Amino acid sequence: MEAVAADARAERLREARNVLGRAARVWGGEQDLSPSVGGERMLPVAAPLRSVLPGGGLRRGGTVAVRSSTALLLALLSEASAEGAWCALVGLPEVGLVAAAEAGLALPRVALVPRPGADLVAVAAALLDGLDLVAVAGVERLRPGDRQRLAARARQRGAVLLPVGRWPGADLEVVAVSGRWQGLVGGGAGRLCYRRVRVRVSGRGAAHRERVASALLPGPGGTVAGVGLPAVSGWHGLERAAGVLAPVAEREAG
Amino acid sequence: MSSAAAGGVNGCVSSAGARGRAMGEASEPAPRILALWCPDWPVVAAAAAEGVPRYRPAAVVAANRVLACSAVARAQGVRRGLRRREAQARCPELAVLAVDPERDARMFEQVAQAVEELAPGVEVVRPGLIALLAQGPVGYFGSARAVAERLIDHVAGSTGAECQIGIADGLFAATLAAHRGVVVEPGRTAEFLAPLSVAELDREPGVDRAELISLLNRLGLRSLGAFGTLPTADVASRFGSDAVLAHRLARGFDPRPPARRCPAEELVVDAELDPPVTRVDAAAFASRALAERLHALLAGHGLACTRLGIQARTLDGVELTRVWRCAEPLTPAGTVDRVRWQLEAWLTRELIRRSGQIGELAAESGGIGLLRLSGEEVVAAGALQLGLWGDVGVADERAGRALVRVQALLGPEGVYTAVLEGGRDPAERVRLVPWGDERRAPVTDGGHGLDGTAPAGAGQAVPGPAAPRSTGAGPPPEPRPRTRSGARSVARLARQAVPPWPGRLPAPSPTTIPVRPVPVRVLDAAGHPVRVTERSVLSSAPAMVAVNGGRPVRVRGWAGPWPVDQRWWDPVAGWRGSRLQVVLGEVDGFDGFDGFDGDGDGDGGGGWAAGDGRTGAAEPGELALLLLCRDGEWSVAGAYD
Repeated sequence: MEAVAADARAERLREARNVLGRAARVWGGEQDLSPSVGGERMLPVAAPLRSVLPGGGLRRGGTVAVRSSTALLLALLSEASAEGAWCALVGLPEVGLVAAAEAGLALPRVALVPRPGADLVAVAAALLDGLDLVAVAGVERLRPGDRQRLAARARQRGAVLLPVGRWPGADLEVVAVSGRWQGLVGGGAGRLCYRRVRVRVSGRGAAHRERVASALLPGPGGTVAGVGLPAVSGWHGLERAAGVLAPVAEREAG
Repeated sequence: MSSAAAGGVNGCVSSAGARGRAMGEASEPAPRILALWCPDWPVVAAAAAEGVPRYRPAAVVAANRVLACSAVARAQGVRRGLRRREAQARCPELAVLAVDPERDARMFEQVAQAVEELAPGVEVVRPGLIALLAQGPVGYFGSARAVAERLIDHVAGSTGAECQIGIADGLFAATLAAHRGVVVEPGRTAEFLAPLSVAELDREPGVDRAELISLLNRLGLRSLGAFGTLPTADVASRFGSDAVLAHRLARGFDPRPPARRCPAEELVVDAELDPPVTRVDAAAFASRALAERLHALLAGHGLACTRLGIQARTLDGVELTRVWRCAEPLTPAGTVDRVRWQLEAWLTRELIRRSGQIGELAAESGGIGLLRLSGEEVVAAGALQLGLWGDVGVADERAGRALVRVQALLGPEGVYTAVLEGGRDPAERVRLVPWGDERRAPVTDGGHGLDGTAPAGAGQAVPGPAAPRSTGAGPPPEPRPRTRSGARSVARLARQAVPPWPGRLPAPSPTTIPVRPVPVRVLDAAGHPVRVTERSVLSSAPAMVAVNGGRPVRVRGWAGPWPVDQRWWDPVAGWRGSRLQVVLGEVDGFDGFDGFDGDGDGDGGGGWAAGDGRTGAAEPGELALLLLCRDGEWSVAGAYD
């Protein structure tokens, strides 16, 4: 039960930080580089993905289409969810929730609607009213009018709509390509440790120029990590001896 | 102003007190109330449910602290608020029981019915405390003493629960009188309350007046009488509005005068339950919707409810009624809880009555067809306190409302949240809880597994022969990344709160887990199927993998096999298998397992998508799969996409 008390402490710490951050912004006037949840215009995003998203985060009211990777969707949601935002995963009955927890999502604030039924638009609209991030799958069947309605609803409520799949007209389109898994030493030894991918972001407006970044998705431990973090300790020597990994820098703090 | 209150209390007692009383505040006499108190009710209910004999000391523990203990345990030194270890040290044979408000409420319903047979108008304040208007029974039975004797005997005879009775003006004084088993003469309530200590103001479970009480103690006001002699205006200016309520209580008055406007029929909400509710979880869902409607109605009038009437009608036409009284105005969550407890109590009683045995469902069990909630006594709604951190509470409420609305569209099983539990497979580690139900954290007690049966170490992987791989007993333990923000450590703590499961897959876990098992063929370079021998070694190195009858794809790398031996002691549920991780090269897009056809679609290198791949891009990557071999059959347990 100590974990429950520690949970409560962590919650209070988070809330206290939110209030302090807001007060600092109002009175102190300093530029806060990490936007926090709660009425701000940008939702925070994990550090390795900040360089590739315009504004360094997810803009409230925007539509971000995520394709080809559930891990990428979870990485986009993780930081905002950990900081207190509410997320919904609609039409994703197969999403691995253990992977979601490892990526950093706070499971008490993640709502799952695995089977939204025939009226996907009504369900998504109801969720956009109350939650901050709504990821919707099965959007290929929607008509253009429905898509525009959902995007307008998201813009109006200040929620972020993340369609999983093709969404013409999205503000941003995020794709993870050319993944390479590391950690397997030949002959059945080793295990999957992390995957090096390239994250490509394109879109409209400020993001019309395509940006690409490399990241470890999932990194060691399940969260998204930046390239340059060293390999798993304990496997270091073994993998280097097997020639799978190039020698990497020593473990850096944090 | 404040000096009169803080400084010369002893000197100015009489004049200040007279000044306070003469100020003309609303001082209509509180009605004479009979309070029936079952001491240590949580322990009594828990012991009865678990079958702990009465001579054995028992305590109910919540969040590692003793919430209530039986008299036998108290004699041995166990007190409320002790840590569990301390209590067990003082009393080694203490039976430690879990807290369960539903069980307490359900079993208290029997006591309420027993009292109702003798005196109508029973109001349940909380499980363990019943309030009645004393006027009726006293007039019927002749004297207060006669009423007390009859009620105590009757309750003991029909339910076996001990209780104590107290009669005084007002619920607060009547409760204190019941703790002492006295009858207070009408009008002498203030004298009865005066010598009692101010710590009695903090007995209500819903309120927390610890700070006020410590402050009063430090000021030298140690008795209710001393506190009551302060003038009200001084109390309000020095201590605050909650202290004004406590001040009224200390003087024997009703803390909140009821709203003078009589509650019209408008403060009633009812719902036809169609199909009739026979199951407890359907009752919970119905109660939630109805409680929200009632609160919306009350909020529209600017009122909050202190007495809640719950009425239900079964299909047979039996009308069931219960009134719940609450010292503090009910919050929406409190209303939902009480309605849910009451419906559970009624449903359980109906089932037992019809079938004669606990747990056996009769063919037609009637069920509840109509549910009605009414606010019987209401007060002005300024008394409700919302969350302290306004923004955060508001966001949670807004999200909760949106999810309830989606549940109205899709049914209660449409929206879930996930709770992480123990297990070795990524699929069995997650439990989906419908929105609104309690997300009970997994109970851990030492090293016991969450099945309640498996101690750590059972089901451990059989160590394979000495091999180049170091995974003799499963994959190596996961590394713990040091995280930046304190908020992220919540996820880590959630992982740590569960006991270690040897043989569990470490991070990263698969991000896509098929709902139904997907068959797969694993072939070696020569095209022969690969099997796992009894020594948990692959018969040959896998080279190709064909999922669900589709095109074989080349394997770039593989790791494993890691044997799994689940629940070996259970011939029915136990199973053995092996897990294998494979990395497939040059896969274009992965579109999930739902509607997986696996045939080459001809676009790009993949052919994994049903329809067109999610990328459609010309940068194929690697896809990793987690395969499971059980009884010689391979299936996909997850994909790392």
